[in-house]
Amino acid sequence: MSAQKSVLFDAPGPKAKRNMAIGNAIGALAVLGVVAWVISGLAAQGQLTAAKWSPFLDPGTWQFYLIPGLLGTFQAAGVAILSSMLFGIIFGLGRLSHNGPVRWFCGLIVEFFRAVPVLLMMIFFFMLLATSGIFDPGEAPFYGVVIALTLYNGSVIAELVRSGVYGLPKGQREAASAIGMTRSQSLRNVELPQALVAMLPSIISQFVVILKDSALGYIITYPELLVNARRLGSGEGNILPALLVTAAIFIVVNFALSWIAQRSSVFLSHRAGRKVKGAEMTEIEPAAEPK
Amino acid sequence: MDGLTEYFDAYLSLFEEFDVLGAFWVNIQLAFWAAIGSLILGTVLALMRISPVASLRWAGAAYVNIFRNTPLTIIIAFGVLGLYAQLNLILADDFDLNFFRIAVLGLSVYHAAFVCESIRSGVNTVPLGQAEAARAIGLSFLPAARLVIMPQAFRGAIAPLGNTMIALTKNTTVAAAGSVAETAGLMLAMIEFRSDVILMIFLTFAVGYVILVIPIGLLTTYLSKKLAVAR
Repeated sequence: MSAQKSVLFDAPGPKAKRNMAIGNAIGALAVLGVVAWVISGLAAQGQLTAAKWSPFLDPGTWQFYLIPGLLGTFQAAGVAILSSMLFGIIFGLGRLSHNGPVRWFCGLIVEFFRAVPVLLMMIFFFMLLATSGIFDPGEAPFYGVVIALTLYNGSVIAELVRSGVYGLPKGQREAASAIGMTRSQSLRNVELPQALVAMLPSIISQFVVILKDSALGYIITYPELLVNARRLGSGEGNILPALLVTAAIFIVVNFALSWIAQRSSVFLSHRAGRKVKGAEMTEIEPAAEPK
Repeated sequence: MDGLTEYFDAYLSLFEEFDVLGAFWVNIQLAFWAAIGSLILGTVLALMRISPVASLRWAGAAYVNIFRNTPLTIIIAFGVLGLYAQLNLILADDFDLNFFRIAVLGLSVYHAAFVCESIRSGVNTVPLGQAEAARAIGLSFLPAARLVIMPQAFRGAIAPLGNTMIALTKNTTVAAAGSVAETAGLMLAMIEFRSDVILMIFLTFAVGYVILVIPIGLLTTYLSKKLAVAR
């Protein structure tokens, strides 16, 4: 922020200070006006009555709807985070392989799953599992969510791993081969650990994406937070407050994760006083992909 | 061999039953209007976030942090269950068109946060000297932003903007949560109708998106090279 401040305007003089104060007041009034307009609109539609909001003070609401929903979200997202890391590392290394067909195959998989909408994959795997009879049909939505999230986000993480390895100084690989390591030993023991650390902020940002996308499970009836909020809303007749509270829960959790990502990026840029090329790249576009 | 022919006959007969191209056309339209909406809103937000006025900066940052961290599914569901069903927001008399416009609104509002951040990263590529030169010839914030900073910022922001537009195109499928008849809903209906050719149905839609997304990626790469500010 401070860098951008100096890009566009100078240190203000007395007149500019006065103008900025006036602008600030007008801006604040405009923002407050929008907020007041939304609140009065909600009130006029009877959305701010105690009956609509008091269910959130009832422990039962949290016990039977929101907390099980949040656990469902965390469960799907947690498993998807672990499996997409695994997928990402395997295919990221596969794309760096010296074996042509392996590199080509991993590249094809990664590029394909990055281009297909997550929701289509979710519906496909959900229906595939539900009709195949391999899993209990009740489990199909969970696996549908996890598999789709893994394939998409795993592919994104594979690209992060690849660019992390590219960003490392050449000397690392040369030193590894100098002490007699094979290419795959060097990748696994020398380059990958450093690449993962360098790309940590981007990888954590991708976890935010996984958490957000787990809400797509709503469409294939996986019992996550949004599904439960809708059930709560139709039971209590307060669908609007229920959706707002759900959004607030997601915002708090994701904000905490984004904050960790930012801290890790700051930590890494100070770490050992050495420039990590990959870490620089991540600062340009944190969570650049809005999925 | 007979089994294979039968399989493909079953698959091809689906196209007579279901309007796949029509569904893709809906997604393309969603993407087109939401791209325009999010680019306009995102540019305004980016201007707010780099402006000298603290309250606008704060409001822009609050907007970005709120919408970037909310799942798109909730925003789309909110549009239909909240804005339409509860608050009686009606954007068109026609039932389907109303849901379409609500979905465009939701997609624009969500992606505007990412457009704003892309443009801000573009502003970061503009050298300090440009702003200093603009001030030296007497331009104040808005003229400097309009004539000097933003034109260069847009050119520097093409790659992240392209990524945002690719994600937007894929995210139009989420409009299925907002009762819009588009590809995700059609794919579900087709699979329910003919689950024996499920793999081909999925591949058809998947390849459709690959075909939609690749030109955007190529165009982005071409433009970001062609329009790069030589420094």
